[in-house]
Amino acid sequence: MNEILGWALNLAAQRGASYADARIVDDRSRSLATKNGKLGHASDAESQGVGIRVIADGAWGFAASKDLSRAVVEDTAARALAIARASARVKKEDVRLAPEKPVTAEWTTPYRIDPFTTSIEQNLDLLLRIDAELRSVSGVTLAETSMNFKREDSWFASSEGANIHQTKISTGAGYTAYAFAGTEIMKRSYPNSFGGQWQNKGYELIEELKLVENARRVAEEAVALHKAAQCPEGVSTIILDSSQLGLQIHESIGHPIELDRVLGMEANFAGTSFLTLDKLGRLRYGSELVNVVADARQEHGPGLGTFGFDDEGVPAQCTPIITHGLFTGYLSSRETAHIIGANRSGGTLRAECWNRLPMIRMTNISILPGEKPLTLEQLIADTDDGIYMETNKSWSIDDKRYNFQFGCEIGWEIEKGKRGRMLKNPSYSGITTEFWNSMDAICSRDQWTLWGTPNCGKGQPQQVMGTGHGASPARFRGIKVGSAYRGN
Amino acid sequence: MLSKEEAADIFERIKKHSSADEVEVLFYSGQSALTRFANNVIHQNVAEANDGVSLRTSFGGRTARASTNKLDDDSLKRVVRASEDLAKVQHPDPDLLPMPDPHERDRVSHDAFSAPPSRYFAETAAITPGLRAEGVGKIVAVADRHKLTTAGIFSNSEVVEGIFNSHGLSDWHTQTSAEISITMLARDSSGWQKSNSPDVRNLDPLALAETAARKAIDSAAPREMTPGKYTAILEPAAVLDIVGFMFWDFGGQAILDERSFLNNRIGTQLFGENVNIVDDVAHPLQSGAPFDGEGIRRQRVSLVENGIVKRVVYARGTAERMKKSAAPKVGPIAPTGHGFPLPNEMGEMPSNIVLSAPSQPQTLEQMISSTDRGILVTRLWYIREVDPYEKILTGMTRDGTFLIENGKVRAGVRNFRFNESLIHMLSNVEAMGAPVRASGEESFDMVVPAMKVRDFNFTEVTKF
Repeated sequence: MNEILGWALNLAAQRGASYADARIVDDRSRSLATKNGKLGHASDAESQGVGIRVIADGAWGFAASKDLSRAVVEDTAARALAIARASARVKKEDVRLAPEKPVTAEWTTPYRIDPFTTSIEQNLDLLLRIDAELRSVSGVTLAETSMNFKREDSWFASSEGANIHQTKISTGAGYTAYAFAGTEIMKRSYPNSFGGQWQNKGYELIEELKLVENARRVAEEAVALHKAAQCPEGVSTIILDSSQLGLQIHESIGHPIELDRVLGMEANFAGTSFLTLDKLGRLRYGSELVNVVADARQEHGPGLGTFGFDDEGVPAQCTPIITHGLFTGYLSSRETAHIIGANRSGGTLRAECWNRLPMIRMTNISILPGEKPLTLEQLIADTDDGIYMETNKSWSIDDKRYNFQFGCEIGWEIEKGKRGRMLKNPSYSGITTEFWNSMDAICSRDQWTLWGTPNCGKGQPQQVMGTGHGASPARFRGIKVGSAYRGN
Repeated sequence: MLSKEEAADIFERIKKHSSADEVEVLFYSGQSALTRFANNVIHQNVAEANDGVSLRTSFGGRTARASTNKLDDDSLKRVVRASEDLAKVQHPDPDLLPMPDPHERDRVSHDAFSAPPSRYFAETAAITPGLRAEGVGKIVAVADRHKLTTAGIFSNSEVVEGIFNSHGLSDWHTQTSAEISITMLARDSSGWQKSNSPDVRNLDPLALAETAARKAIDSAAPREMTPGKYTAILEPAAVLDIVGFMFWDFGGQAILDERSFLNNRIGTQLFGENVNIVDDVAHPLQSGAPFDGEGIRRQRVSLVENGIVKRVVYARGTAERMKKSAAPKVGPIAPTGHGFPLPNEMGEMPSNIVLSAPSQPQTLEQMISSTDRGILVTRLWYIREVDPYEKILTGMTRDGTFLIENGKVRAGVRNFRFNESLIHMLSNVEAMGAPVRASGEESFDMVVPAMKVRDFNFTEVTKF
């Protein structure tokens, strides 16, 4: 692969690129799903190609091809140069990259069981056992299960001398039970909704998730929701389970801190950000208890945002984002670091596959757990009145990341420190900084889970990326609840 | 790009490597390029070329899919083995139909299929980075003249999609596409326009830029309005992005799975009498291949007539399952050519939607001038489903939201969050425009009109 990368870089240098990098990616995935006792889908996919970035005449060009023959790779590099020179026709200043010492390295996701060595029979047998448990509950009308594995091998080289080979493995699984009755379709998912739980780990994740053991409870809750009271509308104390808090972090912290958004580079599609540059180091983003980091290092955990090096060769780092409530950091790249006075990239440039331009993406954006021991049940016991909400069902936020609304699959009233009646269709809404400033308790490390969001969308052409979000359950005061059903 | 002849050769090679009872290969091949701009400069500029195969093998009721973009012989052998290994370990599915042959394909579609017009234009395929840069330069010039900041894209592509199976069925579709999307930003307001077409000559970057700029300028200093139910005039892109969420439910499998909002509602007056919806791949403003994931040709299907759901779409297997089931039925139960590639758990969905022209279409200006008090919406954003059966959706307005008073656009307003039921919305359409090809970001492209909707439920307002 190094020889192929060399063809691209040499051609780019010969034809006047001031910088070039090339990235070969070989992706493989297996995807299995069942539905109501039968196979839903079973597929195996692979894709390989090279993506070449160049700076010429002070502007960027990118071209990608699946063909790794010398003639096509060199032609692709030439295309990237032509594109860069076209970009230079509409520019104001030259691209400037923060320095980064070029590294030669190999990195692999630590794993115990290569998921691709597990038999398909074993995978399908597990999914069908989960399915049987779900459908054993009367009232369940649809049971869906899924299991996914991915391996990405990438080879990166730059005109500065970087040469990095990484192998990343990720595993995901989950299920949903639906119950249709009357005029309602209720659902419950485990371990998380919309694809389950994902981590950069081997098949050992599947064993850890206790999928079969939770299936009956989840199915019973789906059916029970029909008899539950509708979540009331009003203002309330809420406690969010860690998976819902993970998504809250993704939408209302992870995205607004992307520096390319802040600088207007996503304005036509994903939007901009309320976190204008003047707010760095000044904005009270959350309460004193809110400490959030962007941490791509393995020691943070096997999140979907964990790697050895980002896709422009910058080592994984930890950047404090919110420190005791104060806004302290953005997600940055070599191109954007100088704008915030940083002398180095934060190492967050990532691309889906070989045919997409790397761009600033979340890594693992996690809230640090509370320092004092506190379990979920203790937190509930400490709460006079409120609503506990679990597992996301709907999510929406405006294009500057202020106004959000989330719906969850299930809730419970809290009355005088005890979990009371079940609630259906719980929802809550708010403004990002008001919400985070209302957090007055967060559970401890033993309640903390590093969740995986496998399909965060951004960019044009659009690309998806896996991100990690660690969270413990937490409590928020004075939150608008029930607004999703107002007027309907 | 792959030619049909090259694909046929690859198919023969794949068949030689396979021991399956049946083999089906979907081909894709294409080149695409996109010039992206922000802050009045080109900041990203990309191009790619790719092709590959997605292979399905079938052994007596057991089927699975494997795909690769590596087309050398060893890789084709590997992808065949991957598909066969996945297929052989399954329990046989008695409902899995044999793959169709050309006779079945032709018999099934008979006179319900019309071939669409050619969707390949050499002018679109020939767009160069220089031409895209020139187009962006013109858009930036409009922004500079109005002292605005602009962001957006100018893209073009040429793609092929093909299918071959071991019963002699084959089909091939080539298509080009060009797209321009423009956001114009002022200090506290913005405007947006987007357009795409197989033929780049149908796109007018200057007109799009001027309209987006005008929206940004006219919505400056936005007022904060009290949330509530308003008459809302939704431009076509806004209509598209919200109504698109219901079409996942217009398939037979969704009804069999009891996950459709049409369950127990088939045949009832679900929407207003002025709502008529067809799926029509041959419509001149539509786009895409005229065959489905099994090679069955996409028929024109009248889904909703005068507000009543008359038909849903069916893949072959779904039609057979529906015939045997006790589920409520509407319309003929027969394959309509809308199935996803097998195996899949979703079944089928219509994806060439045309909301038919009303008997008396109104222009946007006519809708505005007939409105005492209302909100004009350019686009909707971050739409997600709150309630799957009542089809309550939430989302935001974006990039040009205006107050209408006494028949005139008076001012820009801060963006609203809405929580609106599609059943309610489509039962309260007071007026519609002539349908146009529209493109958004939340749903697939459609042919839809602007709509004036009574009592649209805006529940919150944001800070801009």
